[in-house]
Amino acid sequence: MEDFAALIDALIYTRSRNEKLRLIAEYLRTTADPDRGWALAALTDGMDFPAVKSSTIRTIMKERIDPVLWSLSRDFVGDTAETASLLWETGQIGASGDVEAPPSVSEAVAILSAMTRKTAPVELPALLDRLDAPGRFALLKLATGAMRIGVSSRLGKVAFAQSFDVPVEDVEEYWHGLSPPYEELFAWAADGEAPPDIANLPTFRPFMLAHPLEETAVDMADYAAEWKWDGIRVQLVHAGGETRVYSRSGDDISATFPEMLGALTIPAVLDGELLVRGNVQGGEAGPGKQGGAASFNALQQRLGRKTVSKKMLSESPAFVRLYDALLIEGEDVRTLPWEERRKKLESFVPRLPASHFDISNIVKADDFEALAEIREGTRDDAIEGLMLKRRDSAYIAGRKTGLWYKWKRDPLLIDCVLMYAQRGSGKRSSFFSDYTFGCWNGDPDAGAELLPVGKAYSGFTDEELKKLDKHVRSKTVNRFGPVRETDKSLVFEVAFDSVHESKRHKSGLAMRFPRIHRVRWDKPVHEADRIEALKSLIRD
Amino acid sequence: MSAPFSWIRSEPWGIHVVPADAWVDPGKAVDRALVTHGHADHARGGHGATVATPETLAIMKLRYQTGEGPSGGETTPVQYSETIRLPGNVDATYIPAGHVLGSAQILLEHAGERVICTGDYKRRADPTCPPFEVTPCDILITEATFGLPLFTHPPIEGEMAKLMERLAAYPDRCVLVGAYALGKAQRVIAELRRAGHAQPIYLHGAMEKMCRLYEEHGIELGELRLVSDTPKDEMRGHIVIAPPSALNDRWSRRLPDPITAFASGWMHVRQRARQRNVELPLVISDHADWNELTRTIEEVNPQETWITHGREEALLRWNQLHQRRARALALVGREDEDE
Ligand SMILES: [Zn+2]
Ligand SMILES: [Zn+2]
Repeated sequence: MEDFAALIDALIYTRSRNEKLRLIAEYLRTTADPDRGWALAALTDGMDFPAVKSSTIRTIMKERIDPVLWSLSRDFVGDTAETASLLWETGQIGASGDVEAPPSVSEAVAILSAMTRKTAPVELPALLDRLDAPGRFALLKLATGAMRIGVSSRLGKVAFAQSFDVPVEDVEEYWHGLSPPYEELFAWAADGEAPPDIANLPTFRPFMLAHPLEETAVDMADYAAEWKWDGIRVQLVHAGGETRVYSRSGDDISATFPEMLGALTIPAVLDGELLVRGNVQGGEAGPGKQGGAASFNALQQRLGRKTVSKKMLSESPAFVRLYDALLIEGEDVRTLPWEERRKKLESFVPRLPASHFDISNIVKADDFEALAEIREGTRDDAIEGLMLKRRDSAYIAGRKTGLWYKWKRDPLLIDCVLMYAQRGSGKRSSFFSDYTFGCWNGDPDAGAELLPVGKAYSGFTDEELKKLDKHVRSKTVNRFGPVRETDKSLVFEVAFDSVHESKRHKSGLAMRFPRIHRVRWDKPVHEADRIEALKSLIRD
Repeated sequence: MSAPFSWIRSEPWGIHVVPADAWVDPGKAVDRALVTHGHADHARGGHGATVATPETLAIMKLRYQTGEGPSGGETTPVQYSETIRLPGNVDATYIPAGHVLGSAQILLEHAGERVICTGDYKRRADPTCPPFEVTPCDILITEATFGLPLFTHPPIEGEMAKLMERLAAYPDRCVLVGAYALGKAQRVIAELRRAGHAQPIYLHGAMEKMCRLYEEHGIELGELRLVSDTPKDEMRGHIVIAPPSALNDRWSRRLPDPITAFASGWMHVRQRARQRNVELPLVISDHADWNELTRTIEEVNPQETWITHGREEALLRWNQLHQRRARALALVGREDEDE
């Protein structure tokens, strides 16, 4: 437990991602099973011990310390686990005076799992008595399943891959089929044993990803083109009688889209874009006219929900536009060339309910110039651009150069005025690098005001950042906590992918993926764009 | 005969010693100020006369031009253990408080009644000032900066070891230690020297004069260099000390990949350290922790305790639980010290 506690504290005080990775990897390499597996589970997913809640800790503490002193302390610290770890006085229990050795992580997990609401008030203090303050903090955080120390499950997996020098895609693939303390996973990665068998489990398989096309032109004899849809990338899995929907990051989002669960009942792993039905968009997709997607805004309403109302299900039902398959009827087709996978997918899709699935059409173009023309002509808001896929490529996890390209539509541009700035994080914490900018709500020469329309923290060079930072510091007119208001004398040319109506912003508009395209040191602010100009770019 | 202790009053601007018309650590300019130590929430300029230890007067001269020129007012130096007679038959004795160089508790005696204003204090050893002396009295007016039971400051040796370990582990970086410019910075340097750290220590410009003042008072700080005079690469593998406000400031860009440390009692609480973007929290405090506060009240054993700045409620509650008379004073301008 001491090593785990030291790791937790080191992670809390470490800002750099690389350093966090190094710390976790080091711990995993030097710690034995099953401790390291439990630690990894605690760091990434959090563990649930139903008998130990924050309220359990509060109750225990109020019996050991004056309730008024407890409350004053808890209010100051702001965290129950930390307050208890600091206020704990050891040795109140062991009357004999001997102190038991600190528990290992796995021993602590075993004791916590065995606790009931009845026994916790006695067993938890006994456990705490065996630990020092950092150990108590780590234990209570572990017990209440609320680490909140800036370690995402992705970070945990990358650290695992780094510590044993195995591909992170493989880790992703096996991870989902296993449960803590992941002994098979360590046996495979650390001791070179056979990989865990996950064939019959509805687990996530890592996605194949695309590079931006940039300046490259490709030969259409080698590549096929598809529309790039403006939804969310999902993986649908059916195995062992269960269906799951996974997001790009491998998170299980089945509960958010329950209508998809009954729609796939044949063992398969499918790759596609999740969209919601609408009648406005998708009309342009190819000669066969592939209709029916609503704007991303409509989809946005459904994201992140743990439960979905009937009304939502009937008003904005989800469907998946398929473009690839990893497994079909239990057969792993990832090693086949794209062309053959596509054929298999085309013959498979008719077996799925049309209400919930269609197939993303191929965009036919004789050569690259023709394709460029098609891309230019697209005005459909459900389309973000084109995907180019090498016809002979296997389905390879991760982002391998030359196989898949995304070719987005040219970004939209608008001139905005810098209004507020905030410090960045990590390496940028001494720079004002997060910018909020606005457009005029009328004629600036006739007294119009600026209304914020977006925020960006990328798109500039380090040199430009230094200049921008200097600008913010010398042009500050107001401070609101960490935020500086500037004198509104600088124009940004802002690039963004699309713009939508939004009730959340005063301007009534929200941009997608805004970034600083150019800093217009030369441009007078009254020449910046007006809200109406931005509004006219809405393509709903 | 007037009512017991009616000669001493708590006012929003400080403790008023009525017969002497003198104020202890007043928050505004007064005719006669009795100053416990040089920190900004206790000492200020503009008083007609300032009574303090010679060290505190030197600090106030540096910071507030106290005693200099016609506007600096008069000064009366009082040595530790020395008693001076104030108007109105009030005797004042300055007793070491162990907080920073020159810091004193002030014992006030009048009509057979004894009142002590501790100012800020601690009960730990500090190579830069003499230790706190327990002195009996009737009313103890105590600080309560770390007046919550969760505050138990660890031994300083362990914190110094953490600092040196980190320094050794990253020879290509420097460790930037945020430390309050009066007291904490010099104590950290002196403790580093005590722990055998003989390399030069690099200072933010705002620290320089106070360090020189400490040296003039016989506190050896070893070789100190200014960051502003030093090429970046020379500071790799070294310790840099700066005021807390400089930690995340652009000033720090001139340092070679600094690891941010902060020497403060507040670092005991993780969230406080994270708020400050601190990578290496060093729990080093010049104030009494909870045990020191309560132990001091028990040892001094006054009839009544008055609690000035900090977290008064918890200490008040402790007194109540231990059947001790106490009350909290509402003094203005005494926020959490950037300790
Ligand atoms: Zn002080
Ligand atoms: Zn103070």
